[in-house]
Amino acid sequence: MLGSCWLGRYLRTLRRFWGTALASQLEYQLNALIELVAMLASLGGSLLVLWLFYRQGVELGGWSWHGALVVLGAYTCLNGLTSTLLQPNLSRIVTHVQEGTLDFVLLKPIDSQFWLSLRTVSPAGLPELLLGLALMLWAAVADQGRLNPQAVLATALVLGAAALTLYSLWFVLATTAIWFVKTWNATEVLRAALSAGRYPISAFPAGLRLLFTLVLPVAFLTTVPAEVLLGRSSGAWVLASAGVALTMLTISRLFWRLALRYYTSASS
Amino acid sequence: MAIVMARGLRKTFRVADKQPGLAGTLRHLVNRRWQELEAVREVSFCIEPGEVVGFLGGNGAGKTTTLKLLSGLIHPSGGELEVAGHRPSRRQRGFLEAITLVMGQKQQLIWDLPPLDSLRVNAAVYGIDDRVARRRIAELAEMLELGEELTRPVRKLSLGQRMKAELLAALLHRPRVLFLDEPTLGLDVNAQARVRQFLADYNRSTGATVLLTSHYMADITALCPRVLLIHQGRLFYDGALAALRERLAPWREVRLELGQPISAAQLGRYGEIEQLDGAAVRLLISPERLTGALNQLLTELPVLDLEVREPPIEELIGRLFHRGSVEPLPQQQR
Repeated sequence: MLGSCWLGRYLRTLRRFWGTALASQLEYQLNALIELVAMLASLGGSLLVLWLFYRQGVELGGWSWHGALVVLGAYTCLNGLTSTLLQPNLSRIVTHVQEGTLDFVLLKPIDSQFWLSLRTVSPAGLPELLLGLALMLWAAVADQGRLNPQAVLATALVLGAAALTLYSLWFVLATTAIWFVKTWNATEVLRAALSAGRYPISAFPAGLRLLFTLVLPVAFLTTVPAEVLLGRSSGAWVLASAGVALTMLTISRLFWRLALRYYTSASS
Repeated sequence: MAIVMARGLRKTFRVADKQPGLAGTLRHLVNRRWQELEAVREVSFCIEPGEVVGFLGGNGAGKTTTLKLLSGLIHPSGGELEVAGHRPSRRQRGFLEAITLVMGQKQQLIWDLPPLDSLRVNAAVYGIDDRVARRRIAELAEMLELGEELTRPVRKLSLGQRMKAELLAALLHRPRVLFLDEPTLGLDVNAQARVRQFLADYNRSTGATVLLTSHYMADITALCPRVLLIHQGRLFYDGALAALRERLAPWREVRLELGQPISAAQLGRYGEIEQLDGAAVRLLISPERLTGALNQLLTELPVLDLEVREPPIEELIGRLFHRGSVEPLPQQQR
C-alpha cells in the first residue's frame, strides 16, 4: 500500500513535469520546428557518410552495409533519447548549481536525482528515437532475411541497459558541477566521444577499441545491441550489458549523494 | 518543546583567494589558494512553535547561511541542529514536508507558464490531493489577493505579484516552519505592506513558526516581537526588539533649529552633542532627562524649530557594527 502510494506520487509528479515541459515549449513553436529539422539533417548526414564508404567498397570492420545500418540505427535511437531526455535535463544541473536554484529541488520531499533527471522532456527528439528503432529493425531484416523474436527481446534489454549506462555516465559528469560549477565542456567531450558509436566498434584501431570498451562504454551502447539483434552475440554480452548498466546507475546515485555533502548553495 | 533548536552551530566554507588582473588569474588557474571562511560560529538559539522571529545582521553576517543550514540545504561543520524533530541535513521526507524556504532573490515558479501550473507540480511533488490543493490555492490566493494573476504567464507578472505567487507555491503544503530570506526584497512600499500583513495573518491563523530576514526594518518591527542579531557569524543578541533598542540607544535624538549659533560649551549642558552645524544642532538626551532638558532648552535658547525622535533601529545596528564593538550582549531572560 505504501509502495503503491509512493509510486503514485512519482507517476503523478512525472505527468505534471512533462505536462508543464510541453506547455513551456509550445510557447516557442518555432524553436520546436527548428529542432526537428536539425535532427533530420543530422541523420541524413550520417546515412550519407555510410553510403559513401560502402559505395567505394569499403567495409567497416567486417560489417556488411545492412549490419552497419543496424549500428547506425542503435546510435540514432540513443541520440534521440539524448535529445528527448538526457540533454534537456542534465544540462540544466549546471545552471541549477550556478544560479542556486538547486535549492528548490533539494527542498522538495522527492528524490532529487529523479527530479533532475526527468524534470523536462523535449518531444523533438522522439521522431529520431523511433526512426532509429525502425532503421535497426529494417536493416536487420534486410541483412538476415527474418527477425528472431528472442533476439528482438534481448536487443530491447541491451538497448535499455545502454540507455541507462549513457544516462549514468552523463549524470556523474553533470554532478561534478557541484565542485567545479562550470562543466558544460566535460559533457560536450562525452557527447563527441559517443558519436564514435555511429560506426561498428571493430572499424576503429585496436587502441581506440580498447578505450571505447573499457573506459567509455561506447561498445556497449551501439555495437553490442546491433550484434545481439543480428544474432551474432552470446547471452554473456546481454548479461554484461545489464551488469555495466546497474553498476553505473549505482555509482551515479552514490556519487550524487557524496556531491550533496559538498554543496554550498550559491549565495543569494 | 522548541521547534527549532541550534546549539554551537558552525559552518566553515573554503573560498578561493584570487588576486585581480591577468597575473592573478593565471596564478589562480595554476595554483589556487584557499581561505577558510567562518560563516557561522558557535550560534545557539531555540524557537518555540508559533513564534515569529526576526533575523538581523548586515550583508555577509551569516543570516542566509544559517537559514540554509536550518533548511537542510547545506551540512553544518559542527554543532547540533534540530528542526521540527528532525536533523535537517538528513533531508528526510517528514522534515521537508514540515518546512519551507522562501528566497526573495530566487524563484521556483516556471517562467513561461502561469503560476497555477507550478502550483500543480508542487501539489504532485508533496502528494497533495487535487481537491485539497484546489481548496488551499483558493484560500491562500484570497489571503494574498491573487486572482487572474494565477493564470497569466509568470514572466508577465510584476515583481510584487510574482513574490505573492512564490509565497503561495511555498506554502501549499502547509509547512509548520517558515524560513523567509528577504521575502520583500525589491517590492514597493504597498506590496511590502501586503506581504507583511499576509505573513502576520498566516502566522495567526495557522500557528506556523516564522524565522525572517529582511533588509527592511519595517518588516521586522511589524512582525517580529523577538529578534536574533548576528554579526560576523556570531550571535550577538537574542531577545525582544524593544529591549534591543533601549540597549543600543538609551537616548533620544533632539534636532534643533536656533535663531543664532550657540557655542558647543553652552549646548553641552543639555545633552551630548551629536552634530553642530551653525544654528542646526542634534543632541542626544537620555529618556529620563528628556522632559526637563526640553523645558530648559525652550526657555533658555532661541529655538525656532524642535523635533524629538527615536533613532531608527537600522541606524543603531549599523552604528554598532561600524564601531566594531561586537562583544555579545548578555542573553535576554526569556
